[in-house]
Amino acid sequence: MSALPEAPTAPRSEGDATEAAVDADGPPPANAEASRPGIGVGGWIAASWLIFVVAVAFLAPLLPFDSPTARGSGPRLPLFTDGHILGTDSSQRDVLARLVFGARASLIVGFGAVAIGMVVGGSLGLIAGFRRGKVDTALSSLFDILLAFPQLVLALSLVTFLRPPASSDASAPDTGASLTSIQILVIAIGIVAIPLLARITRATTLSWSQREFVLAARAQGAKGGRIMIREVLPNVLPAMFSIALLSVGIAIIAEGGLSLLGVGVEPPDPSWGNMITENRNVRSAPLNALFTPIIALFLTVMALNYLGDAIRRKFDVRESAL
Amino acid sequence: MSSNTLSILKLIGRKLAQLVVVLFVVTLFTFLLVRLLPGDPVDLLVPVSTDTTDESDRAIIEARRQQITDDLDLNDPLPKQYITWIGGFVTGDLGNEYTVSSTIPVSDAVTSALPPTTQLILYSQILAVLLALPVGVISAYRQGGIFDRIANVSAFGSLSLPGFAIGLLLAYWVGVRLNPSLPTWINIPPQGYTPFPGLNPANWSFEPRTPDSVPDHFFGMLLPALSLALGQFAVYMRLLRSDMIQTLQEDFILMAKSKGISNGRVLWRHALRPSSLTLLTVAGLSVGTLIGNAVVIEVVFGIPGMGTLIASSIIGREFITLQSSVAIVAIAFVVINALLDILYSVLDPRIRNVRAA
Repeated sequence: MSALPEAPTAPRSEGDATEAAVDADGPPPANAEASRPGIGVGGWIAASWLIFVVAVAFLAPLLPFDSPTARGSGPRLPLFTDGHILGTDSSQRDVLARLVFGARASLIVGFGAVAIGMVVGGSLGLIAGFRRGKVDTALSSLFDILLAFPQLVLALSLVTFLRPPASSDASAPDTGASLTSIQILVIAIGIVAIPLLARITRATTLSWSQREFVLAARAQGAKGGRIMIREVLPNVLPAMFSIALLSVGIAIIAEGGLSLLGVGVEPPDPSWGNMITENRNVRSAPLNALFTPIIALFLTVMALNYLGDAIRRKFDVRESAL
Repeated sequence: MSSNTLSILKLIGRKLAQLVVVLFVVTLFTFLLVRLLPGDPVDLLVPVSTDTTDESDRAIIEARRQQITDDLDLNDPLPKQYITWIGGFVTGDLGNEYTVSSTIPVSDAVTSALPPTTQLILYSQILAVLLALPVGVISAYRQGGIFDRIANVSAFGSLSLPGFAIGLLLAYWVGVRLNPSLPTWINIPPQGYTPFPGLNPANWSFEPRTPDSVPDHFFGMLLPALSLALGQFAVYMRLLRSDMIQTLQEDFILMAKSKGISNGRVLWRHALRPSSLTLLTVAGLSVGTLIGNAVVIEVVFGIPGMGTLIASSIIGREFITLQSSVAIVAIAFVVINALLDILYSVLDPRIRNVRAA
């Protein structure tokens, strides 16, 4: 989002002249040679961490964790006391349970938003890059306009817009079908991701649809739609997979940023973002409750970035074209 | 030559037309934000509960409703409302926030929120470039060496750690833990903001912990600016490094070296200038990104800027303030990006040709 957390978006728009330099920077050549067949040891460590986090988050209700919202009594507990491995926070809630259930919320937002962005943005980008001409001009200017918004502010506006009116209980009997805060975040961040992912898909599609095998398919009389789905799409997908991983990290960070602005996952349900927000007063906040979500966020986003980079290197269009 | 000038003018014209379209969409979007919120806008904006039996309360509420309807021209058709709204916006009338007894112009809040945000963005940009220059140059010079590797790993790490997380870590380790043991003239608080005491040096105080203290202002902004700068630093540093590596392979560098000019001088005088063009371009184009990130950093550090204003208006459900602040941030972002884009396209023929193609 933005912005947010928007510095990490830099390596993503590949059509840009200035940013080609970022990509060219890449890994030292020797390293790339060595890791050519696979994603390297680091890639496997990153993948294992991600699988572990996703598995624990997914299975959280079945595992013997405390309730993430149950308030205890008595003083706040430090690390490793009374069966609370990560201690408790200032409302005596178990930090480990909140971290695990928070992972659930953060990952749903991250993967869900990117899924929306991928399906909508990916198809639009594929069409724009494959059809070219007027379709491309129309879609590309649409993406450019959407990209002109500061991403975090756009997400923020969308969330405010989608939130049910007056969260105060006074006058809201008719909001039975309203969305949960997690669904709203998925939609809002997903919409923000659409133009970004569309532009990258378009660039990748452009380079693939000029290759000889597309010409060969055309010469054999294949229709446009078939070529797009059967010939171009399978080649575009690996590159998109790596971009998707990077985007999940950005979406998770965006949830954190939106939490700090007051529109994240609705408390008392935890997410990494609202755990950080609840404990952001560094003078008095319990450090276990502040630092553990930061560490979890950092490791997960770094694993996503690393794995995304490793996959991008493996499937790099420019290198494999040689 | 004249065809070249013509193509530049054409390019500027196209970019300006694009800017106008984007500005229209951005303002329309923020305008609709309040008008299309579920429910009657008046119900959202009236600050008091409407189910009361007290006669005088009812009268006040009715008067308020009437005033809000008039102020926002809610009885006009939507396009006319938009034109009235944008007209007011351009002339500095950002609407009003309504409380039970008073009507507070939003422009007051915005005017006081703009300087801290501008300062934060300016300082962090300076910090990011100042940090990126030496690190990028040295890691390019000793490519593959230990310094280069450490720089690369930490750049990768800081791209994975969002600014607000860096901010909280700095606020705790520096603001809470380190600050008490620093000399008294260095005051780095974990939160809060000391305004810059104006441009008149007569008002400046150099005593720490006084209202007009200049050092307090800069030390107070150090942590927020640093946490905003680190993510940018990583991007800038990697750009500069790869450009430097290319430049160092050029013949004129070999020439300079063979004339016996010292390595340091070759690096800083001969190689840095041609290598820094991309860095400066990207630094300019990152201002928009910084605006977005600054919004969150302000909330972390309690700096009373646009971000804090947006956050507090969300929590207080002050929709007019929210609308106007979002519009201002978005417009600033759009205009700055467009102007810099035009500037760089005109200055740098490489960009111009890439974009024109």
